[in-house]
Amino acid sequence: MTIKLTINREESAIEAPPMKRLLDVLREDLHLTGTKEGCGEGECGACAVIVNGELVNSCLVPVLQAEGARITTIEGLAGEQRLHPIQQCFLEEGGAQCGICTPGMILAAHHLLQKNPRPTFVQIQEGLAGNLCRCTGYTRIFKAVQQAANLTPVP
Amino acid sequence: MTNQRQIVGHSSPRKEGAAKVTGRAQYVDDLTLPGMWYGATVRSTIPRGRIVSITFDPAIPWHEFTIVSAADIPGENAIVHVTSDQPCLASGRVNHVAEPILLLAHPDRAALPAAVAAVNIAYEELPAVFTIEDSESQKEIIWGEDNTFKTFLLQKDRQPVPDKVWRSADCIVEGEYRTGAQEQLYIENNGVIAEYSTGEGITVRGSMQCPYYLVEALAHVFRLPAEKCRVIQTETGGAFGGKEDFPSVIGCHAALLAMKSGHPVKLCYDRAEDMAATTKRHPSRTRIRTAVSRDGKLLAGEIDFTIDGGAYVTLSPVVLSRGTIHAPGPYHWPHLTVRAKAVATNIPPHGAFRGFGAPQSIFAIERHMDKIAHTLGLAPEEVRRRNFLTTGDRTATGQLLSDSVDLDRLLTRALEESGYHTKRAQFAKENPGSAMKKGIGIASFFHGAGFTGSGERRLASVVTIELTAAGQPRILVSSTEFGQGTNTILCQIAAETLHLPYDDVLIAQPDTSVVPNSGPTVASRTAMVVGKLVERAALKLLSILMQSGDLPEDFTPEDFRRAATIYLGRHGELRSTVEYEPAASIFWDDERFSGDAYPAYAWAVYIAEVAVDTATYSAQVTDFYALQEVGRVLNPTLATGQIEGGIAQAIGYALYEKCIWQNGVLANNQMTNYIIPTSADVPLMHVSFEEVPCPHGPGGAKGIGELPMDGPAPAILNAIEQATGIAFNKIPLLPEDIYEQVERMTTAPAETAA
Repeated sequence: MTIKLTINREESAIEAPPMKRLLDVLREDLHLTGTKEGCGEGECGACAVIVNGELVNSCLVPVLQAEGARITTIEGLAGEQRLHPIQQCFLEEGGAQCGICTPGMILAAHHLLQKNPRPTFVQIQEGLAGNLCRCTGYTRIFKAVQQAANLTPVP
Repeated sequence: MTNQRQIVGHSSPRKEGAAKVTGRAQYVDDLTLPGMWYGATVRSTIPRGRIVSITFDPAIPWHEFTIVSAADIPGENAIVHVTSDQPCLASGRVNHVAEPILLLAHPDRAALPAAVAAVNIAYEELPAVFTIEDSESQKEIIWGEDNTFKTFLLQKDRQPVPDKVWRSADCIVEGEYRTGAQEQLYIENNGVIAEYSTGEGITVRGSMQCPYYLVEALAHVFRLPAEKCRVIQTETGGAFGGKEDFPSVIGCHAALLAMKSGHPVKLCYDRAEDMAATTKRHPSRTRIRTAVSRDGKLLAGEIDFTIDGGAYVTLSPVVLSRGTIHAPGPYHWPHLTVRAKAVATNIPPHGAFRGFGAPQSIFAIERHMDKIAHTLGLAPEEVRRRNFLTTGDRTATGQLLSDSVDLDRLLTRALEESGYHTKRAQFAKENPGSAMKKGIGIASFFHGAGFTGSGERRLASVVTIELTAAGQPRILVSSTEFGQGTNTILCQIAAETLHLPYDDVLIAQPDTSVVPNSGPTVASRTAMVVGKLVERAALKLLSILMQSGDLPEDFTPEDFRRAATIYLGRHGELRSTVEYEPAASIFWDDERFSGDAYPAYAWAVYIAEVAVDTATYSAQVTDFYALQEVGRVLNPTLATGQIEGGIAQAIGYALYEKCIWQNGVLANNQMTNYIIPTSADVPLMHVSFEEVPCPHGPGGAKGIGELPMDGPAPAILNAIEQATGIAFNKIPLLPEDIYEQVERMTTAPAETAA
């Protein structure tokens, strides 16, 4: 069937079986390979994307459910020439090591800061608890998110 | 000229960092080659037996598939590491669940799961062995003549412990300590893409630590010269040892499918298959018997250290060797014997995992040091302090510690910074009236950097720095980046040595047709050993350019590029190559298991605080202090990140991560039921370094990567002992284990910990 989506501010129409995972549509049909598969069962958050403003594990979503949705993937975060402040902070603070959880983690951080621009330490810990990282012990990630929060003016 | 201090010792941003934070970094599953097919593996479902028949369900259009069996292997049917006992594909018999038997390939990835399920394999089952004790009993011989892969005997001064020491000691303290298997759980599963052509041979791209290990494995399986086996490391999403030896298996499998199908073949495991079939950390059992004096001095020790190697040898002898050397801890032993062995079981082979045997034996000795303290009524920190190795001492293998060692100072600083004494007294006072029991515990430990014993001498690693056509230096090494910072620190070292800005130095993607063999990326060796070679290659390159007369003594980056361009115009290329030169003063005797085990050691004191909830019986690490001496710190942000990541992984090892095997099947091969720490489970981590430059590493650096895996587990269990009054000596320690002991204590109070 044909599914219409808005991905990173661009509209697209995709021919795909309705039960195909959103993750596979992003990676295979749209070649947006920044979204990663870690576990395939919604535990690790490596496949996290933002769908209509909510953080979603794309491995658990049949593409059918995404009809008409606005989706942001890691490819849609940076500007033409420069990194998004969260990406810049991850780079400077050592928030990325092997990098495989990083796209999902950055989107989780982005989602957290949109909902709560000045999170406390515990709120950061809890806000990222759906995204597993095996390299950093999370501490550099917390620092990166705190730093990004400090850079973002409160609306 | 750039200020040197601004590069090494400075937190230069990760070389490939921008690609990683934007999602542009290409991991193996992100790549698609023209005409590429997909592979899958048919695996055994029983732990031990003979294959009686293999039949194919006619409902599947088999003509569309490529099917590979052991009969298709052109060379030796073996994955060669230390020995060649592990078949590339099982033929005739299987020795563990999830052992590969057949390989399938198809143009459509989605067609594979049903086909794998449609291969029916009938077995004649044989009795299987699942524990160290059953393997030792030898009721079933499942490997060799006695189920034993390897043994080591380490004796201080190569003498047994004299009987009189046991008779005359004030006190004899004995204990048994166990550790479980642990899954590396890199977030990117094992995966490769292989291509084959009759003329050019094999090319394998994939997620891995050691490209040249795979070259060697392919050469055996395909009976091809090494130059026809090309291996390219793609961006690797975590490894921790789990991509040290295993890529040799999956790489050979994909290449066999590529050869037979005539297509490039991608073989990427999903999580369930990766967890069920790939290597884990060796489970262990350590028995320690010590003679001690009333004032807490170690007089003699006997340590029996046994690891479960799983069904095939893989790297078990090497893991055993590191575990044996670290078993004595950072202490002075007048007399000591360590008897070590690796035994076979019908569990999928265990392999490399950060720490490589040391976390197991250090867990035992660090729990035992607390047991000695409690037995004698002394403070745990004081028992440690009275036995620390110090500059000028000899280790249990007889190595003279000529470089500065100051654990005493580390301990004092760690106790002070963590507020240890105040907290310990406070917890002791508050615990009786509180439902949340708190505790604080210590571990002091060391970790050898580089390959064990004569390993570095045998590896004879090579490093090249070349000039690109634009006159930029480019580092050529087989050392891989998988999150630890290889790319960044090697470029920092080269930039500092060449007096160039960090951004001017490039590093090549590890491709064995381009880079020399600088050894495997393991054993906390990259910064110290390969880094030193990069430093030497850079110095050599500089001296060539200076001798050419085109580079002045005092130069700018522009001068460098101009001189480089002139040199290239004149000579065509400039490649500066150096090979490892062992220090003449370092010598290891394999036969006697004695001598200089490592060129250098990192030293550390870790302090853990825990809270045990008496309602849920769960233990949480609430605060953590990690103080270490790792030589000079090359990049503070990366080094701190390494330590923090290791602590989190070790918290998982101690409190959460349990492999549950049922009749040889890993029952919890999912992230849903194999639990690793989340961001909400980690404590505040206070990481600090003492910097004492080491003569063996570049700019004084030593190895760092494995160290943080060693200390947290015993420090946490030492803290839990203060919190609960119970001496737990087995990890992982789950809430149900705590509950069981607490219940048992209520019914039989005599079992309270000493």
